[in-house]
Amino acid sequence: MTDQEKILNEVTGSDYKFGFQTDIDTETIPKGLNEEVVRIISAKKEEPEWLTESRLKAFRHWQTMKMPEWAHLKIPEIQYQDIIYYAAPKQGAKYENMDEVDPELLDTFNRLGIPLEEQKQLAGVAVDAVMDSVSVKTTFQDTLADKGIIFCSFSEAVKNHPDLIKKYMGSVVPYTDNYFAALNSAVFSDGSFCYIPKGVRCPMELSTYFRINAANTGQFERTLIVAEDDSYVSYLEGCTAPMRDENQLHAAIVEIVAMENAEVKYSTVQNWYPGDKNGIGGIFNFVTKRGICKGDNSKISWTQVETGSAVTWKYPSCILRGENSVGEFYSVAVTNNYQQADTGTKMIHIGKNTRSTIISKGISAGKSQNSYRGLVKVLKGAKNARNYSQCDSLLLGDKCGAHTFPYLEVDNPSAVVEHEATTSKIGEDQIFYCNQRGIDTENAISLIVNGYAKEVLNKLPMEFAVEAQKLLAITLEGSVG
Amino acid sequence: MLEIKDLKVSIEDKEILKGINLSVKAGEVHAIMGPNGSGKSTLASALAGRDYFNITNGKILYEGKDLTELSPEDRAREGIFLGFQYPVEIPGVSMVNFLRTAINSMRKYREQDPLPAGEFLKLMREKKKIVEIDSDLTNRSVNEGFSGGEKKKNEIFQMALLEPKLAILDETDSGLDIDALRIVSNGVNKLRSPENATIIITHYQRLLDYIVPDVVHVLYKGRIVKSGDKSLARELEEHGYDWIKQEVDAND
Repeated sequence: MTDQEKILNEVTGSDYKFGFQTDIDTETIPKGLNEEVVRIISAKKEEPEWLTESRLKAFRHWQTMKMPEWAHLKIPEIQYQDIIYYAAPKQGAKYENMDEVDPELLDTFNRLGIPLEEQKQLAGVAVDAVMDSVSVKTTFQDTLADKGIIFCSFSEAVKNHPDLIKKYMGSVVPYTDNYFAALNSAVFSDGSFCYIPKGVRCPMELSTYFRINAANTGQFERTLIVAEDDSYVSYLEGCTAPMRDENQLHAAIVEIVAMENAEVKYSTVQNWYPGDKNGIGGIFNFVTKRGICKGDNSKISWTQVETGSAVTWKYPSCILRGENSVGEFYSVAVTNNYQQADTGTKMIHIGKNTRSTIISKGISAGKSQNSYRGLVKVLKGAKNARNYSQCDSLLLGDKCGAHTFPYLEVDNPSAVVEHEATTSKIGEDQIFYCNQRGIDTENAISLIVNGYAKEVLNKLPMEFAVEAQKLLAITLEGSVG
Repeated sequence: MLEIKDLKVSIEDKEILKGINLSVKAGEVHAIMGPNGSGKSTLASALAGRDYFNITNGKILYEGKDLTELSPEDRAREGIFLGFQYPVEIPGVSMVNFLRTAINSMRKYREQDPLPAGEFLKLMREKKKIVEIDSDLTNRSVNEGFSGGEKKKNEIFQMALLEPKLAILDETDSGLDIDALRIVSNGVNKLRSPENATIIITHYQRLLDYIVPDVVHVLYKGRIVKSGDKSLARELEEHGYDWIKQEVDAND
């Protein structure tokens, strides 16, 4: 082993920082999945009849489906009957007052860097904190309500804004969409709902923090963002989970609706537990994220920094229906050890003069496999559609894999679609150059990787860009081989 | 400052340096000249600690320490600077960020606190003047899209900023037009002091019109075959390397 290999191993070998478990009373239902379980979840959430029925419809449909196998992933068979589909920190209802919050719970979120006391909050960020199946606290709700913005847990939204939920839920990702979307539509637990009224620019970042805590559970959250005409919102999602030997399932749905002239920026820093160095444990992350640019001149922008999960299957997409609408996808996906990622995007051009940009940066280390899979589809009516895609892969060491699967379907002759792809190995020359300036190999790799991912990191809100940079360095600790 | 004793270096099984002896004192400038393939760059890389060489024999002592036991970064932190013949591009990493990381790594090694951002920027401004460098250059990514001349100027700029004790300049003059050569040489001359030393590796004599060396060595087939004062360089310029080659080959 060369020195570089040794250090790569050290860099990628560092421990997961958020692997602790909170010792808190948790209410769970028996494991397994059937119609009864779906009804129990719905009943626990005191849902209206229509929603229970919608869940059951999704469940029945799911039973007719098979797990998709086209992704470049090796996944052991998931035992759906061994999973617990509902877990909630006891004490039941959501906390109105900070004094009622279990100190253990507060401490958990403090340790994750997400203080729930508003005076300690990051300035200008409202947080919805979700532990296992329920939302435990949403901050700054009143401030936002003054502007007419609704930011609450999905369960609250079902109770307080049923018309909006009924209208938009499943309108972008129907339960028939895919296997995991059907599963989520049947058993989804909680998540966030966000509604920006016409003409309102949301004055702060909205953020949901997802935490899996209970063992043997799956997490199935749903997020719905609706931006009315001329509105703007920037939304951030973060996630972590304790270290466990068994794999845990996470299957989420995110739907975004952008009306005329609306802009939604959705950023994710995904740091679910990736499993240990030998590939034991970790989260199976199957997520369906899709936004529709419904109105003319609307814009949806996805930025993701994917560092966690044993398996990631995720394609945040944009349906560009409104004329002149814009879709963007900026992604950094890092895999190390035995992690596998198959991630990318879909840009569906329907309206005239629609534009999309895809910048994907894959970084593979250890024995991991990292794939970009993207579809650019230009429909007949999408006159003058434009797409630019750039997919770069960076390899650290020689035991990992990087793959690019671009799909192009263009049905309008006036469309311009560009695709560029590069694969490079982190250069020994680059590392030596840094060494010669007094920078050790670990820092050199972090510097080089962050430089490589900069185009994407620059798209993140400032506070999180710094966190993401650190996260990249930590994920790759011990990876130079 | 630097003592090289009977140094033999191989790449894979091929012996490139076949017993180098060299002694450099503080305040001195040494020029190492020689035809292509004589081992000049190998010597520079071996001093800096590039790992694909095997040192099969001999010693490198730097300020009394065995240099071969130090990692490349520790050699740099101990004050050894290599001006690269082909400076490497690092996309997305700004010069500012790169140099700040470098300087603070060195300061940490010396148990000093990191340099505050303001002071660092002030230092950069000062040093930029030495090599007449564009202020825009330091906001760009390391060497990315730099012209050949800019890359070399950038090496000397880094040297100015990092203040090494021993600088090894590997073919710093190659690919420079006459103006850039003047600027680079001026930079090196301004940084000369009784406390530091410089080893200039070059193919041509013209750089030595600007930087006057104390000692000139001729490296050929992995050995220093001739040493002398600056007049040796002029002799080489006039007569080429052939007379030395003949002398050496006759003795083989």
